[in-house]
Amino acid sequence: MVTNTISEAYVWELLAQVNDPEVPVLSVLDLGIVRAVTVSLTANENAPQVTVTITPTYTGCPATDLIAMNIRLGLLQAGIPKVNIQTVLSPAWTTDWITPEGAAKLKAYGIAPPVGKSLDNAYLEDITVPCPRCGSNDTQLLSAFGSTACKALYQCSDCKEPFDYFKCH
Amino acid sequence: MSYQPTVSQLIHLADNALILGHRLSEWCGHGPALEQDIALSNIALDYVGAARNWYQLAANQINSLQDKAAFPLNAQGEATEDTLAYLRDAFDFKNFLLLELPNGDWAVTTLRLLLSASYQQLLLQQLSTNEHADVAAIAAKSLKEVTYHVRWSEDWVKRLGDGTDESHQRLQAAYHELWPYIGEFWENKLALPIDIASMQAQWLAKINQVFEASHLPQGVLPTWHQTGGTEGIHTEHLGYILAEMQFLQRAYPNAEW
Repeated sequence: MVTNTISEAYVWELLAQVNDPEVPVLSVLDLGIVRAVTVSLTANENAPQVTVTITPTYTGCPATDLIAMNIRLGLLQAGIPKVNIQTVLSPAWTTDWITPEGAAKLKAYGIAPPVGKSLDNAYLEDITVPCPRCGSNDTQLLSAFGSTACKALYQCSDCKEPFDYFKCH
Repeated sequence: MSYQPTVSQLIHLADNALILGHRLSEWCGHGPALEQDIALSNIALDYVGAARNWYQLAANQINSLQDKAAFPLNAQGEATEDTLAYLRDAFDFKNFLLLELPNGDWAVTTLRLLLSASYQQLLLQQLSTNEHADVAAIAAKSLKEVTYHVRWSEDWVKRLGDGTDESHQRLQAAYHELWPYIGEFWENKLALPIDIASMQAQWLAKINQVFEASHLPQGVLPTWHQTGGTEGIHTEHLGYILAEMQFLQRAYPNAEW
């Protein structure tokens, strides 16, 4: 039995404080991109190695590299000397993995969270996206592609406010 | 797993994504309206991202070979997504000719995207259930993005076809320019593990449905078509793309930023 001075639970706690660079209210855990955390100690090493396995969100999302770097920095700053970030492609990330807390944070931040599940293909049908500000269902799509790869641009017909919608993926 | 993708197959998938992504990125800052400029830049980014995934998978495959001298390698003697994108010449590229054609006007740009994305959608649907886990994962991820590309380009083609005399004429002209290039989709010269016959029927049905709404005559598969891309025989346009895209790495080898 190896004696680890770092528990996996502690690493998860640290990860909860690493935020997405584009949507800074969301942590990497809210996004659902951390697949696994392992802490290992080999015989001739005195510091445990922490391996964080993540999965990329959008294929062309420039933030993916930055997220990996932020995770590494966050753990290094907490005094974990050996950090290994692994990227796995399978299974492919989907917006269904955004946690309910994450969806609530998005809404509070002014971004409408994904409507419906991505796997049932309904994400391309004419969906109703409630306004994150006033809650009205009377909203319209302005542009299917928004300020980042993950968002579309909507406008509320009641409060007239334009807002971002986190697309199903 | 029994199916192992070949390096050529992966490079073909990557080249298709990179060349179309690069072409679409040329619209960045030139779109007719801010929303459309952003849409095309987003779509371009999706393709460049997909290219990175396919190139990296190809590079992993190359690095496991005993003799990798036939491929471009970095200073450490490894193939990477960057060496494959930046250090191959036109005759090494295996993309479809359709994707390297100049953007032309809005009709050519949107119709080319519709023809290509509709093919990609069917291709990725099949690959997303492939027994090779990484192939399936990359395909599943790109499939969701391509579904948005089909919808966006379809809306534009219908709008142009059903718009003014000018927009309809331009769409007609775009059709005549691009249609001779679609035959390459169905050659499957690299033997991708797909059911090409069912894809072809579904593709034509989808395109003709859009053509009907666009008041275009129904498309018929051409008896003769332009070909050569998957074998490295390209139009004169590819060299210009590569000259621009690869300039930095050629002039300053291994430059990083």
